[in-house]
Amino acid sequence: MTAQDQQPDTFVFDETYGAEARKIIARYPEGRQASAVMPLLDLAQRQHGGWLPTAAMNHVADMLDMPTIRVYEVASFYTMYNLEPVGENFVQVCTTTPCALRGCATILDACREELGIDVGETTSDNKFTLQEAECLGACVNAPMMQIGDDYYEDLDAKSTKVVLKALRNGETPEPGPQSDRKGSEPAGGLTTLNNGAAGAGG
Amino acid sequence: MAKLTIDDVEIEVPDGITVLQACELAGVEVPRFCYHERLSVAGNCRMCLVEVAPGPPKPAASCALPVGEGMTVKTNSPMVKKAREGVMEFLLINHPLDCPICDQGGECDLQDQAMAYGAGNSRYDENKRAVRDKDLGPLVKTQMTRCIHCTRCIRFATEVAGVEELGATGRGETMEVGTYVEKALTSELSANIIDLCPVGALTSKPYAFVARPWELTRTETVDVLDAVGSNIRVDARGSEVLRVLPVLNEDINEEWISDKTRYACDGLKRQRLDTPYVRRNGTLEAASWDEAFAAIADNVKNKDGSKIAAIAGDLVDCESVMALTDLMEGLGSPHTDCRQDGAQLDATVRSSYIFNSTIAGIEEADACLLIGTNPRIEASLINARIRKRWLRGGFSVGVVGQDTDLTYPHDYLGAGPQTLNELAEGSHAFCKILTKAKRPMVIVGQGAIAREDGAKVLSAVRKIAESCGLISDGWNGFNVLHTAAGRVGALDIGFVPGPDGKDVAGILDGAESGDIETVFLLGADEIDTRRLEKSFVIYQGHHGDVGAHCADVILPGAAYTEKNATYVNTEGRVQRAWRAVFPPGEAREDWTIIRALSDTLNKTLRYDDLAGVRRRMALQNAVFEIIGDLRPSDWDKFGELGVAEGESFTSPVSNFYMTDTISRASETMAACTKALAEAVEEKTGTNG
Repeated sequence: MTAQDQQPDTFVFDETYGAEARKIIARYPEGRQASAVMPLLDLAQRQHGGWLPTAAMNHVADMLDMPTIRVYEVASFYTMYNLEPVGENFVQVCTTTPCALRGCATILDACREELGIDVGETTSDNKFTLQEAECLGACVNAPMMQIGDDYYEDLDAKSTKVVLKALRNGETPEPGPQSDRKGSEPAGGLTTLNNGAAGAGG
Repeated sequence: MAKLTIDDVEIEVPDGITVLQACELAGVEVPRFCYHERLSVAGNCRMCLVEVAPGPPKPAASCALPVGEGMTVKTNSPMVKKAREGVMEFLLINHPLDCPICDQGGECDLQDQAMAYGAGNSRYDENKRAVRDKDLGPLVKTQMTRCIHCTRCIRFATEVAGVEELGATGRGETMEVGTYVEKALTSELSANIIDLCPVGALTSKPYAFVARPWELTRTETVDVLDAVGSNIRVDARGSEVLRVLPVLNEDINEEWISDKTRYACDGLKRQRLDTPYVRRNGTLEAASWDEAFAAIADNVKNKDGSKIAAIAGDLVDCESVMALTDLMEGLGSPHTDCRQDGAQLDATVRSSYIFNSTIAGIEEADACLLIGTNPRIEASLINARIRKRWLRGGFSVGVVGQDTDLTYPHDYLGAGPQTLNELAEGSHAFCKILTKAKRPMVIVGQGAIAREDGAKVLSAVRKIAESCGLISDGWNGFNVLHTAAGRVGALDIGFVPGPDGKDVAGILDGAESGDIETVFLLGADEIDTRRLEKSFVIYQGHHGDVGAHCADVILPGAAYTEKNATYVNTEGRVQRAWRAVFPPGEAREDWTIIRALSDTLNKTLRYDDLAGVRRRMALQNAVFEIIGDLRPSDWDKFGELGVAEGESFTSPVSNFYMTDTISRASETMAACTKALAEAVEEKTGTNG
């Protein structure tokens, strides 16, 4: 399941992540440290370039005084932990019903075309990994994709390629809707509170 | 008590039990896969669905539903039948149709229940799921495609065995049961998951493709590979013991057995002594019984009894020890001993050498002190009981001896006699815990008493028992944990040195100095046989181990599966073993050999059938009158006053898998030993 040759022999939190980990552990009462397993796995994944090697899970188990298998269970259950190496930009295209209705298939195709890889693959320069994801909770701005921690919404084939190109060039495109609307405002302009009158309290 | 109606029959059941348990009390069978009475409730297989009113109008999982007053339960309504058929159809979607090549066939819960709830054909024409097999070590074979995710094995490993190594990784269709990182299970009870697995996902590796259950002859008997006396079922075909399974006994092993008990049985086929041997011109040659007896008669005739000695080994049955006792008395020898390891036990006070609290009694205790013992490898099932008690909470365990992983947390008090003396004087902090406890207990292992100052250790422990309130009305918290199945029985018969008799150390010294000229070894292999070079050695036993190698005459005996015999476990519980197969070749039941030998030596024993020996045993010690049950033993003085000051206590068992002639001959146990050694090496990182 895991790429054996890429598994590091050891893993330890560096200073920054270690301090953060201790802060999280301290939130839980004595004897209940195991509750910190999910945030710690997230920290470990961040430190290790977006994926969790077995050594990192063992390190977390060690820190929390848990049997290692209990950590493996958690890490393998949640899809947001990657147990295999991923590229610098982890692209997750939502393909659940609302996004599907709004044309996520074209977004996925645009990604395939732009990156030259299929779902589940990583580009040879290790810059991108493409994944399908289940509902990421941004249905109102469907279709959308998540890259790293950022949501790119209101996509079409063109804007998808623009975002990916920018990332390839080392830029950070503005997250959020790639259309001209702001946040989750109505797509065709404001439909209410549009007469300029001040609202209550205003 | 709650009153409820199950299938139109009214029944009153205790509060707090589940509907499934209530159905069982009512005599109604409810199918299930994940539910197991000794494990926590998982409620994930959904096979035990029943219709319950009042409640939502849908089937409910009876294993996870507590009974309520006035409930009406239906287990045979059309809704229930339809629901269970639906569950079965889903289970079979991903279960391979490979019963003809599956070792579980014939004793498979899924197979049986599919007969009742399965459809004749499948509506599923997609691809079935396939799962990579896991390597769980030399004992458990996996075929994980067959797994139905009941999680019994995970719960057993986590709860009963206390090794959290199995888990469910992934989710949904990709969920897999396993260890994630490939490794052998490190439990002494690991193979019980084979019995727990309701399908053929976990089967027995050594028994793979050996036999079908309906080909086997089943014999319920007792185990002798440790001193627990686990109740077992020996499955044999023809003259071969093919497998050993546990038999339910709430007082002893519940429904588990250790891996050694289960898998050492292939040792019964190797290195067997199947014909008498006599040493001629320095080499052992096969001989007839008459020739062997004649050789013994030549040596023993007209010899003074004080020059003859006998040592009984760890696997001996009571009948043969009784016969040997009488024979040695006939020959006028006081030099008899059953304590090969030199344990300083006093055979005159029974409560000083048995496990007085009883194994089931551990569950009533609230504090436990372990002295010189590692119950995990010396008596795995007793350790499982201690863990079971610990899981309930309010139980502290203190350890004097080696600090090892016992599968439950414990206070490590110290390594040896010094800590023991502090405890005996009452100056140690753990004394307070013992004194405060309502039912405190202490378990002394052979590691603390099989040593020169053993008697002093015993008296120190007696002092702890008496001063910390371990002995009270209806409770005796003093326990000796034996490692040899034959030991308590031999002590009960009194196979210890008579007046002016020598113990094992004395016999070996005498054999070297020439004071002892003839030594009879009854299954005794755990002594330094090099010291017997000068003497005439008669070895009676079933395996060609060190005892047989040094012998001048070998009398082939029967192993525990090959004789009707009596064994007494560490609790002092007298149990009968039954013959499952006949001994190989010329080998005979042990007591009959001694009886026949006594005839040749003109010291004929006064009994000539099994009932006769057993009457003689009951005369010798009344404990042999009660089979299977226990009678409390009176508390008395024992031990030797003084201060123990030897080295630290170490467990007599260093390798759980090989402790006696049978397990040493077993290939499976050798494989386990190798796997364990590799695991230890990996852990300590000595493999680079």
